[in-house]
Formats: sequence, structure tokens, C-alpha cells
Amino acid sequence: MTKLKIERAAAPGWVKPLIPIIAIPVTFLITSLVILLAGANPLQAFYQFLVVPLSTKSSAIEVLVKSTPLLLTGAAAAFAFAGGYWNIGGEGQLYAGAIMAAWVGMVFKGVSPWIGIPAMIVGGMLGGLIWAFPSAILKVKLGVDEIVTTLLMNSIVTSVVSYLLNGPWRDPETMWPQSPDIDPGTVFFKLIPRTRLHFGFIVAVVVLIIIWIVINRTGFGLKMRAIGLSKEGARFAGIKVDKTMLIVALVSGAIAGLAGAGEVAGIQFHLIDSLSDSLGYSGVIVATLGGLNSIGVGLAAIFLGMIDTGAQTLSRTMGVPVYLGDVVQSTLLLVTLSLFLLQNFRLRRVK
Amino acid sequence: MHAVELKGIVKKFGDLTALDHVNFDLEKGEIHALLGENGAGKTTLMRILYGLYTEDEGQIRINEEPAVIHSPKDAIKLGVGMVTQHFTLVPTLTVAENLVLGESGSIAVNLADVEKKVAAASERFGIPVNPKALIKHLSVGERQRVEILKALYHEANVLILDEPTAVLVPQEVDVLFEALLRLQKKGLSVIFISHHLNEVMHICQRVTVLRDGKNSGTVKVCDTDMKELANMMVGRENFGVKRQDVREQGKVELVIEDLCVTDKKGLEALKHVSLEVHRNEILGLAGVSGNGQAELSAVLCGMQKIASGKVIAGGVDISHADPNCVCAAGVGRIPEDRHANMIGEMTVAENLILDQMNNFKKNGFLDKGKIQKNAEELIKRFKIKAKPQDRVRTLSGGNMQKVMIARTLSQNPSIVIASQPTRGLDVGATDYVRATLLEQRDRGAAVLLLSEDLEEIMALSDRIAVIFEGKIMGILSAQEATAEKLGLMMAGSPLSPERQAA
Repeated sequence: MTKLKIERAAAPGWVKPLIPIIAIPVTFLITSLVILLAGANPLQAFYQFLVVPLSTKSSAIEVLVKSTPLLLTGAAAAFAFAGGYWNIGGEGQLYAGAIMAAWVGMVFKGVSPWIGIPAMIVGGMLGGLIWAFPSAILKVKLGVDEIVTTLLMNSIVTSVVSYLLNGPWRDPETMWPQSPDIDPGTVFFKLIPRTRLHFGFIVAVVVLIIIWIVINRTGFGLKMRAIGLSKEGARFAGIKVDKTMLIVALVSGAIAGLAGAGEVAGIQFHLIDSLSDSLGYSGVIVATLGGLNSIGVGLAAIFLGMIDTGAQTLSRTMGVPVYLGDVVQSTLLLVTLSLFLLQNFRLRRVK
Repeated sequence: MHAVELKGIVKKFGDLTALDHVNFDLEKGEIHALLGENGAGKTTLMRILYGLYTEDEGQIRINEEPAVIHSPKDAIKLGVGMVTQHFTLVPTLTVAENLVLGESGSIAVNLADVEKKVAAASERFGIPVNPKALIKHLSVGERQRVEILKALYHEANVLILDEPTAVLVPQEVDVLFEALLRLQKKGLSVIFISHHLNEVMHICQRVTVLRDGKNSGTVKVCDTDMKELANMMVGRENFGVKRQDVREQGKVELVIEDLCVTDKKGLEALKHVSLEVHRNEILGLAGVSGNGQAELSAVLCGMQKIASGKVIAGGVDISHADPNCVCAAGVGRIPEDRHANMIGEMTVAENLILDQMNNFKKNGFLDKGKIQKNAEELIKRFKIKAKPQDRVRTLSGGNMQKVMIARTLSQNPSIVIASQPTRGLDVGATDYVRATLLEQRDRGAAVLLLSEDLEEIMALSDRIAVIFEGKIMGILSAQEATAEKLGLMMAGSPLSPERQAA
């Protein structure tokens, strides 16, 4: 008789990078059930998720559009996580950046893009940074758990946006709950005419490159990684843990804020309630799938962008809810995290 | 009659052969030591016997019968119990509850009944414990006793103890040995894993020595001596460190003045401690574990706040300094817990520059080439068995300690704080660390050595201070110091003033 036994044994190092790739078919197996329940053919659905988005030039560009904010929120989460700061507040920081961007767009009237676009970038970063500050300072000074506070800050910003859009910023002409359109000088220019792909994509790629350099090639990066791996060891080595962590938290917030600015300046041209639709939370998925490194984050963001795009066409052509995309994304995160845990074990046959 | 026989055991982990046809036998009623350097295969062999690992080849016989052991449950059924270095008790449960934990049977447990049984077992085996006590309220020594009792309660007649004395203070060691000798008379067979040669000589009848996963020999204790055992372990005769005669004292480099420290629980850990360490000397601080050494070391490493007093290093006041300033003042630190104070997931090269990264920058970026060269040089100079890109976590205890020492000493500190620098290291690494400390002294550094190993203190120190309950009991020169005098001070009787050394 043979029995199977679970034992603790770490998998070899090359398994780790493969995990997100193994996770994808597993996720599709699990989500097939949900897709069947929704009344669609799973194979067709996955065809829509994986093949259709890249099959035409215009939908491939749309994938990049969708992944632009994900690149930034993913980078924000990955940067914070690498430094041992669990920033779950990307969503709130994104909205705070969007508020600042909408404000810059209202205040800077008739400016040249040479001033308007940098002002948008600075404004977005500042917004995210300000929103990240309370949680960061509470963590550093009083040891309050940042997972809780950053998450709660997300709920607060929703109310602030709602107040602004229904109060002082409500569009006086249409009376829609949306802010007035931003000045043309502050709009992120198109990268390809007649598409939605805008300058924000370049900003996102540059941010990913910069954080890769900072994390892997600078003294600050070494410090933040040391803190992320062992606070005690870092402190012993004379690293100022609190100060470094504060900077990591604020930079992470600023990057997430940039995502909000990009959506306002490149896609919507004003602030609306449903600007993000949980792009900030998806950033956590992107960062985890991407293994907290820039190249991984880039690939993961594009992958999620594909699923988002696919979910929309799927919903149009087959009449299933667009939220199937969210189900696939969330399941993917759970499967990936489970696999990261399970790689520490192995099954062995016992006689 | 053999209680346990292991024949031709082979165990491989990937490419590494941890055990290569190892034989071992345990007589009924004997205390048998399993001796070897770190990584020699002692723990692996015992884990196979206890069912935590399965052998790739070989045979296990228990009580002269072939046995198949695939899990601790099988082992317990065959009367084999093991007490590991890390205890497996639930802190929030009582002694009695811990003892019956995992026992299958009825869902409802009659606790009063269990407590009575445990009390009876405690008396029968001569291991005094209170069955109603919560584990979290017990000292380490008491917890170990509970672990032993747990094994006996499950009717173990073979007890495996994995480095049982590593976690104990000297008095607790005596209590443990007494209990073991008593149990031996009742027919218990014990496998005693240890590094400590004197403990082995003291309590065991036979010794099996492993070296690099192979049998190095089995000898009777009465036919051997420590030198021979050390030789079998490391394959060379190099036990103990030669010390020199009276040496000239240099200038005072480190001054600790009237230092008071309160620990995490709010208790006074250090009470008005004053010490001076001179250049060119090793000041040994002896004492039983838990008398304030950890706190003193933490203060000198910049890791702990002080309540009052002063610490001056080379003329710089570091009483309230952070680790950065402490290093800048020329203090080199070899801490007690190398696992917590290094970044296990980072590479050797990265760990080696972690507290001095400003020396490894070029135009604001880290200079990868210089970092790599630094690592290669230090690995060669300090004989670290590792590559620059290896993660520190994967190194053995001795090599990990060498990385820590290399990082600290490569900055040529004028003061060296070494706290339990050889704890948990094998003989080879221990010799190396001790020789390095002597080298530092000869170079002119002021060395403060905090150690619970009295032999180590006596072998290395020029002067010896003794700490007891956070107070300095007195300071002796190495020539005056005897084990008896130090022992008295460690037990809390201060040195009489006329015998106090200058």
C-alpha cells in the first residue's frame, strides 16, 4: 500500500520565477466553473482573455492603455513591499493624486504643455504622497499597523471625492457629478493618434526603470531591502529603519498618485467617481505576481490589462458580466500566493 | 542487548551526502554520546531514528528487531522519544495538557485525571514538575524537563537529547545530569548529542564520533580523553588556545561608568556597572547566563537605551548613540545572536558591506565591482567557506559567524565587543574565532569578551570580571583567577576588597 506524505522541503531556486506561469492554467481551471455558471463557454472565454486582446493592433494598444495605471500602482506596491512597508492604500493614493491633478488642470489656465504636463506629474505625486503620509507617520512614530491604516485611508478618499464632485467641483453646466475639464495645456499627449494610449505609459515605464535602479543599484535600495528582509538586522547594521521606511512609504504613495494623475490627464480629462475601479488594489496583485521586481511588474500589469480588455469584449459579445475579469484576477492572486506557500513542501510516497 | 542499532545508514539531500553508511548502536541502559562538528550528520541521523527523515539506504533495529519508522508516531510506538533543541510545547497550555496533546482517544479529556497521572509520572521518574503550571511561566530548564517527561510519559525507553545543554545555564545542566543518571539506573537508554567534550566525558559511557557524515569511531569514555575525542572530531589535535604570560596594559579605550539599564519587563538588568577596557587587552566578563550580559552587549552595540550612566569609547560619549555612531566611534561588534543581526536572505557580499555602504559608492550608485572584490578578499582572509553570492541563510553557523567577524574586523575597530562569540560553533570554528580575538588584542584593540564558557574566558582573558544579577562582583587578573574563585563570584559572593586587582 502506498500513502502520500507532506513534508517541509524548499523547492529549488528556479521554481520561484515559474510560479506565476504555473498559476495561470490553474486559475483558468478554477474559474471555468464560474464562467460556466455565468452562461459562457470557458474555452471561448479564455480565448477572449488571452488571444483576442493581442490579435488586432487597436486592441493590443488598448491593452497598453489598461495596463498604464496598473504599471504604476504595481510599481507603488512593489516598491513599498520590497522595503517591508505593506502599503495597501494604492487606491486611496491614486484618487488623491487624481484630485490634485484635477485641481492643477483647473488652476493652470491656458498654459503651455511644457509647464502643464510637469505640473500634472508633480501634482499627482504630491497628492499620493500627502495621502500616504498619515499612515506612514503613524507606523514610524507609534508602530500602528500600516495595513490597517492605509486600507482605511482608501475609504476616506472616496468620501472626499464624492464631496468634491457633488459640491464645489460639480460641473456647473451639465450638473453631472464630475469636475470641470482640465486645461488643454495639462492634457497628456497621445503617443499614437486616434488611440487612447497617452504619455502616461512612458511615465510608467520610466518609473519602473527608476525604481529598479534605486532598489538594485543604490545604497538606499540596499537599505530598504535589508529592512524588508529583517528590521532587526538592518538596525544592527546602523540603518535608520524609521527614516528609510518613511521615505519608502511616501515614494510609494507618490507613484500611486501618479497613476491617478495619468487617468485624469490622459483618459478622462476630469475627476469622476469611478475613475479607478480598484486599480489600486490590482496593483497589489501586479506586485505579487511580478515577484516585486520591475520586469515582473511590467509583465504582470500587461497580463492584467489583457484580462481587463478581454473581459470587456467578452461581456459585449457573450452577454456575461464584465466582473468575470475581476474574478479571474483575484483567483490568480490567490493561486499565486498559495503556490508561493506550497513550494515549501513536497509530497512523498511512503510504502 | 542492543536498544537501538543503525546499520549502513545513507541519507542524501540532493547532491549532498549527509550520511554515508553510518553505523551506530546503543546498549540498553547506557548513555551514549553522539559527537561531531556542525554539519557532521548527528542531527540528521537522529531525525532518521525519530522518523522525521527517512533513510535512503540502511537498516534500523530496535530491541534486536527490524523496525520501520516513517513518522515520529512510529518512533514513539517503538519507545523512542526525542527532545529537540527547539521545544514543541504550547506555551498557553499547562504541563498536563501538553503531555496528552496529540493523544488520540476520547474527545473529552478528564483533566484532573490527567494531572494526577502526570504528577505520578513526575514522581516515578524523579522529574519534579507542577502539572498545573502553564508552560509560558516555566524557565527554559523546566520546559526541557517537561519535554523529557513527555517522552517518558509516552513510555519511551530510548531518549534522544539534541544538544540539551546548549540552552541551559550551568546549574540547570547539573539538574539535568542528575535526572539522567537516575533514569539510567531505571533502565533508560539515552543518546546524547553534544559539542561539549567535558559534558560527554562526565556523563556518558561510550562516544560515537561522526565526521563529514561518516563514522570516525566509537570509543569507551574510560579509554579516552578529551584530546583524542577532539582529534576524532576535527581530524587534528588542536584543542584549547595557548595563552601568554603577563602583558603590559595599554591606555584605557572603553569606559563604562555607573551604567544602569532597565530591561523589557521593567526590571533592573544592570545595576551601576563600571568597567574599563584597556588597549592591548582582553577583558573577559564571566557569569551565568541571564545576569545582564545580553543587556550590556546590546547597550555597547547601540541597540538598547540606558537608564543612567555613561559609556565612552575612545573619548567619544556613546551612551545614547545609535548603531551607526557606535561604529563610527570605532566599536566593532560581534553580537550574541548572529541570525537576528544579519540579513539571512541577502548575499554574503551584501551583508559584508551593510554597515559601511558609504565606502562602496561611486557617483551615488553602489559599486558592484568593489563590493564583489571586498567579498572575495574577506572570504579569503577570514577563511569563509562560501561564495560572495551565496545567501547567508544557507551557511553553517561557523561560516555565518565568520561573515559577521569579517564585516566587523575589516573596519579595524579600536574596540571589539564579542558576545558569546563561539556559542553553537564546532571546534574548528571556535578555535578560529578565539585566535582571531587574540590577534585583535595583539593588534592593539581593546577587547571585551562576554562569555558563559568559563574555559573560554580563562583561556583568552588578561583580566576577568564577573557579573551577577546585573552587578560586577569583582575583577581578577588572569594569573590570580582560578575556577574556584570565579565560581564563587558567579554564584553571587563578591570579591573581598583586599584581593581586588587594580
